[in-house]
Amino acid sequence: MVVVGTLYLLYVLVSNTVANLRDRSIKTSFAFLEETATFAIPLNFFPFWDFTLGESVYWDVFIIGVQNTIIITLLGIPTATILGLTLGVTMLSPNFLLRKLSTGFVEIFRNTPLLLQLLFWHFAFFPPIYNSLPPVRESILTGGMVINSAGIYLPAPTLAGSAGWALAAFLAVAAVAAVMLARHAHRRRMETGVGLPTGTYIVGIFVLALAAFMFFFGDQVGVDLPEKKGLNYRGGMRPTKEIISLWFGLTVYTSTYIAENVRGGILSVNPGQSEAGMALGLSRVLRMKLVVLPQALRVIIPPTISQYLNLTKNSSLAVAVGYPDITNIWLGIALNQTGQALIIVFMTIVVYETINALTSLATNLYNRSVQIQER
Amino acid sequence: MDGISHRHPALHWLHVNLFSSPTNTILTLLAALLLWQLVPPALNWAVFEATFSGTDSDACKYVDEHGEKVDAPGACWTFVKIRWPQFLFGLWYTRNFDQAWRPVLAFVLALGIIAALALPMFSHKQRYQIAAGALVVYPFVAYALLNGAWLGLPEAKTADWGGLTLTLVLASLGIIAAFPLGVCLALARRSRMPVVKGYAVLWIEMFRGMPLITLLFIASVMLPYFFPIGTEIDKVVRAIIAITIFQSAYTAEAIRGGLSAVPRGQYEAAEALGFGFWKSTILITLPQALKISIPAIMNSFIQLFKDTSLVLIIGLLELLNIIQVAARSSQWKGYEAEGYIFAAATFFFFCYSMSLYSRGLERRLDTSLAARRAQQD
Repeated sequence: MVVVGTLYLLYVLVSNTVANLRDRSIKTSFAFLEETATFAIPLNFFPFWDFTLGESVYWDVFIIGVQNTIIITLLGIPTATILGLTLGVTMLSPNFLLRKLSTGFVEIFRNTPLLLQLLFWHFAFFPPIYNSLPPVRESILTGGMVINSAGIYLPAPTLAGSAGWALAAFLAVAAVAAVMLARHAHRRRMETGVGLPTGTYIVGIFVLALAAFMFFFGDQVGVDLPEKKGLNYRGGMRPTKEIISLWFGLTVYTSTYIAENVRGGILSVNPGQSEAGMALGLSRVLRMKLVVLPQALRVIIPPTISQYLNLTKNSSLAVAVGYPDITNIWLGIALNQTGQALIIVFMTIVVYETINALTSLATNLYNRSVQIQER
Repeated sequence: MDGISHRHPALHWLHVNLFSSPTNTILTLLAALLLWQLVPPALNWAVFEATFSGTDSDACKYVDEHGEKVDAPGACWTFVKIRWPQFLFGLWYTRNFDQAWRPVLAFVLALGIIAALALPMFSHKQRYQIAAGALVVYPFVAYALLNGAWLGLPEAKTADWGGLTLTLVLASLGIIAAFPLGVCLALARRSRMPVVKGYAVLWIEMFRGMPLITLLFIASVMLPYFFPIGTEIDKVVRAIIAITIFQSAYTAEAIRGGLSAVPRGQYEAAEALGFGFWKSTILITLPQALKISIPAIMNSFIQLFKDTSLVLIIGLLELLNIIQVAARSSQWKGYEAEGYIFAAATFFFFCYSMSLYSRGLERRLDTSLAARRAQQD
């Protein structure tokens, strides 16, 4: 009965949709992806995939949208994690003032809409700061950076030819070596009770990899400095006002949720564990590092991964500040221009569902690895 | 330590909470410095140098020595004072301000229902009946009041609703409509029938993986396609459909969590009594599951309440958007901050009180042995 019912419902929906599409002469084909896009995309922060007005096609628009969604996510995750961890730990601080300050911060930013916060940062908080910066003619020039009221220009590293792939390969090798080292150190500690200064070694491995890369490919690495051309500066990397507002807003909002996870995780560890550490003569910091945090992390990490997913989804609020993410330029502008609703909606859904699936895969893998250790 | 506890209690408190160690003292001083940097300027702006009087933006400006009009240094609360009817009730009710009692009455009724549920004078069964009755009847009463046509009052079409009223309508309708859908989805996801289960999993995972904005965009573009040609769907209705679909996936997961937390023995006991699926679900397992999932549902409701502001993107004049529009009018240009702070305060008031209520509810509904013992002590 259920099957028949849903099949009928599906039939009604599909036949209505087909009739509507025919009525509005919308074709369901991917051909429009090869057509030239007729609108300009706001400046990219990191132009991995270039866009040229009048040449680039809709396929480029899609790629740039995906790329910008990924960029803002990759920028937001580390900053939100650091801020969230700090807030979560200070919320449990024995210091009254510090505890109340961070709790107040978390409550304020958790209980107001992210959209409101983004609008506040973008239209009320940052503009006076930009306005207080010097005009273009009197730009501040330090260390290759240019700061003026039009924005901030950073020197951008450039990689010629195949150097980009080489760099990726070197970093991948270093990452594999780091994982192997961490495993070895863990095994050694389990067998002999003596660990290794793993953190220092891992930093060393990456420094070594970068040095080797510079040795072999150094001549292909350059720096693109911002230069004054006409009335304004060009070149270099330019974090737009939009990306700064969005990054700031997402970081603050997500960090309050991570802070709650951290706080809950630390509280979930039986106080007897910390007391046992005290009885062994461990200091407060060592107790946190060796006894409480490893146990708390099991509770903290799964919901925090889902906060990372939320951050990705929330980056779609980019449309409010004008950052060109996939929802803004693909589902918004490109759909408006082409009217190809079905294909565009389908492709957007595929992007978000892929991110969603990868995230839940990561969570499941983590949960499984933790469960084995639990015995 | 011992010597200190003989001191004055206030000194003892200061020592333990603020100056117990060198690190602690440094942290206290840093925090105090931060407060000193932030609080006096903020108070100056918001209170001491702020303008509260007047009827237009000239009240917040003064003429400087060059004869030019300059913004006063403090906040301009005149903006909020003059425009609050719009912020709370939307444009139509501001034009017809004698009708503004209708949204107020609808809101008071909702508060009355919540109060009746919270008061201890009703038994559990009565509370259930009140809640069930309210879920079915209240949306119609609220619609009758807000629209007015059924009651013979001047009609305010859904497109005329705005401000906080629209925010509350979207959020409460979203949660009420999503609730039965969520229950069905949660039960379906635990079903042994693969087709039913497949549908539920597909629905829940698909809508949980998407941002609400994306769904609102899709709803505003695609919904008309699913209906026979020529069907006109109101913007507000499109938003409500998108919000309901979105919220149903989250409600379903909350309830599923509750269902799997019900001890297996309860299911087996129901089976032993010869109950079929529906009887055992409605009488035994679902009530327990709902109780367990109330905090999770409440949390997702708070989330939804904040997320209703996203309908701004598809052009609905809810609280945030109406403030935004007002702050971009030629008269009040440049007073965004005041408007945003008013919006933030309103959202904070609702969300924070809801989270306090949900924490209280969690404690009250905790009928576990340990909690009951704690109450007796």
